[in-house]
Amino acid sequence: MIRLEAIYWLMGLMVGGVAIVNALDSRSHTRWRNTIFWGVYAVIFLLGTRLGDFTNGVLVLLMVATASFGLSSSTRESATAEHRIFSAERWGNRLFVPVLVVPVATFLGSLLLGRVSIGGTPLVDPKQVTQIALGVATVLALLTALVMLRPPIHAPIVEARRLMDSVGWAAVLPQSLAALGVLFASAGVGKIIATLATTYLPLGTPTAAVAAYAVGMALFTIIMGNAFAAFPVMTAGIGLPLVVQQYHGDVVIVTAIGMLSGFCGTLMTPMAANFNIVPAALLELRDRYGVIKAQVPTALMLLAVNIALLTYFAYPR
Amino acid sequence: MLPLIGILIVIVGFALRLNALLVVTLAGLATGLASGQSLHDVIAAFGHAFVESRYVAIVWLVLPVIGVVERSGLKERAREVIGRIRAATAGRVLLVYLALRQITAALGLVSLGGHAQMVRPLVAPMAEGAADNAHGPLAESTRERIKAMAAGADNVGVFFGEDVFVAIGSILLIRGFLEQNGILVEPLHLARWAIPTAIAAFVIHGTRLLLLDRRLRRESATAAADMEDALETSETFRQGSATT
Repeated sequence: MIRLEAIYWLMGLMVGGVAIVNALDSRSHTRWRNTIFWGVYAVIFLLGTRLGDFTNGVLVLLMVATASFGLSSSTRESATAEHRIFSAERWGNRLFVPVLVVPVATFLGSLLLGRVSIGGTPLVDPKQVTQIALGVATVLALLTALVMLRPPIHAPIVEARRLMDSVGWAAVLPQSLAALGVLFASAGVGKIIATLATTYLPLGTPTAAVAAYAVGMALFTIIMGNAFAAFPVMTAGIGLPLVVQQYHGDVVIVTAIGMLSGFCGTLMTPMAANFNIVPAALLELRDRYGVIKAQVPTALMLLAVNIALLTYFAYPR
Repeated sequence: MLPLIGILIVIVGFALRLNALLVVTLAGLATGLASGQSLHDVIAAFGHAFVESRYVAIVWLVLPVIGVVERSGLKERAREVIGRIRAATAGRVLLVYLALRQITAALGLVSLGGHAQMVRPLVAPMAEGAADNAHGPLAESTRERIKAMAAGADNVGVFFGEDVFVAIGSILLIRGFLEQNGILVEPLHLARWAIPTAIAAFVIHGTRLLLLDRRLRRESATAAADMEDALETSETFRQGSATT
């Protein structure tokens, strides 16, 4: 049975390759820092399951320390602009094929892989079909690109290094935030916030209660970076006891739109790193908060819409 | 109240624009320690959770593919294709992507988009190419704005599309949470109530994308006027210096 572990090995090999390319680059002025950062990350992918929790924790701290001293991205482009323009003309729209293999194969894989079983054992772990499908799809796409474009044999890893280094430490931020969420949860941060919210938010009328619930969902999501973390806390604190039970709001409408109010918060917070910080790095924006700034007006207007929808539809008339 | 120290660290750290990875790690350690765990346990908990969430990093596996194809001129081609469509503007390109992302997400096809797979290699270069074509060479700040809006279109599209689909994580979470509290609801009813917000999201963000075009036109007009002014000034200056 193919488990997620197999995909982690693939990641480990790729990130390890990124470390090696960095180690070989004598012109980089943060040569060894980049090497340590990606090298340790590779170890976490290859051996993370076998190392103890504490060892993993120390490895993560080592990565954080290295990143705090500063990493740099490789400034050299691997191909000249002329080469790229020439090649773009030569290949035309066929260039899109390897890229489109990724979503198409991921989609088909997540539909089909889950149904295949050999001798009664499922081919892939049924709980992780989508992630495994994505991993398999990227391998297929890379093979397509290699067969079609015939780049030098080291090109995939050199190019992976160029892109991974331009994302830099932001690449591991989502994982650190997930870890932070776990520590927040075990420290009871959610309960404290719910208490504060019910104590200090105005909840005197039905309208105020739905508004406080929606705004509370957005604010808590901004803090936690994740509407899924905010939802149980805010709904147990305000949504169910006040809006639904005391003022007789419709539970389906309240919770559905409550969750969507949380998503408005997701658009506005650096804590939702994989949606807001990672793309800024991936698109090489100079302003790390550029994506958030572009989204704030939409998020605020949508939050207002959600509050209006709740006010109008949530209560029986 | 003490565990809230982590939130304080996060807010101050992000506001001062310190290294976010460092800020988040320190906040985690501080929260753990404030809740009375030993340093050893906190580090172990952090390591455990970090390793458990390795799955969020799988998206990076796409980078060797994107890199190899970029090397062969992917972005150049994406711009070229859009450049041929005369009606294409940055805002309209992003509007089409927003619509596609939202519709496919509503059908459960969440994996058809994404920042690494679609926005960097295709959507952002296409929007830039359209703007280049319509307004000539762009200022760096304008380019940044277009790229940021491209990332935003992906986020808005997927967030406010996926909840219309019944089998998505958030719908299941709502259902599960309510079930624990003794309330049974139908996923289909929850999904139905995601539709008004989905429409509003499309109207609001779509309008902002079209307003982006207006802003680009205005900026390029001012840039052109500035250029003329600059030319005139240097002309006057040269004439002035010639007579004296």
